[in-house]
Amino acid sequence: MSDTTFLGMPAFPVAARDALRDSQLRGNLARATGTIRTRRAAAVGEQDDWEELREAGRALKERTLRHLDRYLLQLEEKVTAAGGQVHWARDAEEARRIVVQLVQDTGEREVVKVKSMVTQEIGLNEALAEAGIDAYETDLAELIVQLGHDQPSHILVPAIHRNRAEIREIFLRSMGEYGTPAPAGLDDDPRRLAEAARRHLREKFLRAKVAVSGVNFLVAETGTAVVVESEGNGRMCLTLPETLISVTGIEKVVPTWQDLEVYLQLLPRSSTGERMNPYTSTWTGTTAEDGPRTFHLVLVDGGRTDTLADPVGRQVLNCIRCSACLNVCPVYERVGGHTYGSVYPGPIGAVLSPQLRGTDSEADRSLPFASSLCGACYEVCPVKIDIPRVLLHLRARVVEQERERRLPKPERLAMTAARWVLTRPSWLSAAQRAGGLGSRLVARRGRLGRLPGPLSRWTDTRDAPVPAAESFSAWWRRTHPETRRPARRRQS
Amino acid sequence: MNARTEVLDRIRRALADVPANEEPADVSVPRSYARSGPAPAGSPAAVDLLAERLAEYGASARLVPEGDVASYVARSVAGLGTGPVVVPGGFPPEWRSALDPDRVLSDVPRLPVAELDRCGGVVTTAAAAVASTGTLVLDGGPGQGRRALTLVPDFHLCVVRAGQVVASVPEALTVLDPSRPLTFVSGPSATSDIELDRVEGVHGPRTLDVLIVI
Repeated sequence: MSDTTFLGMPAFPVAARDALRDSQLRGNLARATGTIRTRRAAAVGEQDDWEELREAGRALKERTLRHLDRYLLQLEEKVTAAGGQVHWARDAEEARRIVVQLVQDTGEREVVKVKSMVTQEIGLNEALAEAGIDAYETDLAELIVQLGHDQPSHILVPAIHRNRAEIREIFLRSMGEYGTPAPAGLDDDPRRLAEAARRHLREKFLRAKVAVSGVNFLVAETGTAVVVESEGNGRMCLTLPETLISVTGIEKVVPTWQDLEVYLQLLPRSSTGERMNPYTSTWTGTTAEDGPRTFHLVLVDGGRTDTLADPVGRQVLNCIRCSACLNVCPVYERVGGHTYGSVYPGPIGAVLSPQLRGTDSEADRSLPFASSLCGACYEVCPVKIDIPRVLLHLRARVVEQERERRLPKPERLAMTAARWVLTRPSWLSAAQRAGGLGSRLVARRGRLGRLPGPLSRWTDTRDAPVPAAESFSAWWRRTHPETRRPARRRQS
Repeated sequence: MNARTEVLDRIRRALADVPANEEPADVSVPRSYARSGPAPAGSPAAVDLLAERLAEYGASARLVPEGDVASYVARSVAGLGTGPVVVPGGFPPEWRSALDPDRVLSDVPRLPVAELDRCGGVVTTAAAAVASTGTLVLDGGPGQGRRALTLVPDFHLCVVRAGQVVASVPEALTVLDPSRPLTFVSGPSATSDIELDRVEGVHGPRTLDVLIVI
């Protein structure tokens, strides 16, 4: 609904089958997620009070969300008093319209952008392009995605699916089209690639009059906005232009300045595995003689109030977009971000997208099932979102929805049949005998793969070992005849 | 209904399960995490930790007695060749006394951004430093200048007094003023965007030198 980027994506299982065949992708992902997992574990391991910080981070978000209206009003008052202007958007369409209008009001035809999940979520770049405004992504990974006409596949590192050799090719091929070309002898040394990005973007930063950013946190008490970044592209966008338009989901607010002490410790260690990220900028409205003269803050609902209305699903709004859950997820590591069909991939995407967008599309209905429920995501989450619990909750919602629509799925029919068989011992032994025999007829190399007909829906995504030639109870009866119960003995 | 009213209205409806008389303080927030760091603010241990952590980011950090600051400032900047160096207003005159006055730009009047881009570097003070995370914080106060000054040039020399070094992030936030634009700097500009490994040097200064005045 609010997400326009990935319309028409197939449901997760279909997309996953293609992604799994891409060995380059799997190699790139395994390498990158392996690196970051090690770094995160080290950064978290040295912080003795990590669990206390996590609990504080969770509790602060709970406090905020339960009183969100109050904090948003306080924020609006403080931002306005400090010289900023606050805008409210009910949905993606309204947010796009507001931002396009704000840019048009400046008379400029070009904006520089700091990486922002919410502007991807609302499809802002497409709306700006339609209005004849060029939007330049300035985060290195976003630049790689934009120059490669690609889709982001990770929250923190949208180009995680690309390795250094692919990035070099994209730079050589496309930088010249949009400005300063890549140096002719560019190799795939990450330092040289970063330098090429520096040169390519510098002229854009220096001439930019308008910037669009997201925010990581907003402090209700002071009206302060916070952007956490690494490269300095954020600082360029927040500092050099005359007009700054920051777009944010309504859940980014935290109550007090002091509360930042929790998140500024949780976020960098969870996200890039650093003690602190290279640059964090905070600003409150506008400041004379320093930075933009005009500051707009656009607060976007876009399905967040729907999420808030579900007392179980609500905790997903705790998310501070660190992406630690992606990096530890065995499913994400194998299928990559595109498979999730949303700007929010991985475990957090599987619980966020179906809540923000609803479960009307098959793609969104499939997301809560895109997990093995191993729980690694919950363990690393710096704000303790119980992702497995929310996944189960959403699975139940999807099943309930389908029941209401009276769609008898083969899976449900099979489960009903299973209940009959499992509650009747004689039926069970008969079924076991038939199953053992039948499965050996269709098995390959000792495993059951895809089964024919309606059974394929289940077996498409699951391999099972072939059942033993003899069931346990049959074996017991055969080898322990003395324990056999006399038939139909009455209990006295 | 306008968007503001409607969003607020939706929020209130979504929170129907929250008792009407509940106050934010009723949701308890345990602050049992460490509010102070491993060493007292300004202590030699805090200063050493800051220098160690900065070095791990690829910044050079040096402990310097007050009387030697001017010569270290001159020496640090000498590596930049002959290009102009920005020294914002309020920077202690005794610390810049060994710099060639012809090379120094003051940002008064404000330097156009293109000219800033041609500068070899910038020399500033700081508002605070956080030892455990290797972080310098600038707030635009005396000797720090506006934010663009420490961003556009490729070299940043930051002089911080030992007394400004706190051990932990919570301690830093209590001494900082949120109404000022703040920049937290932890090492030179870097990225993890290529294969999720850290590479120093993207858009901000690629070289960060720090003098800690003891």
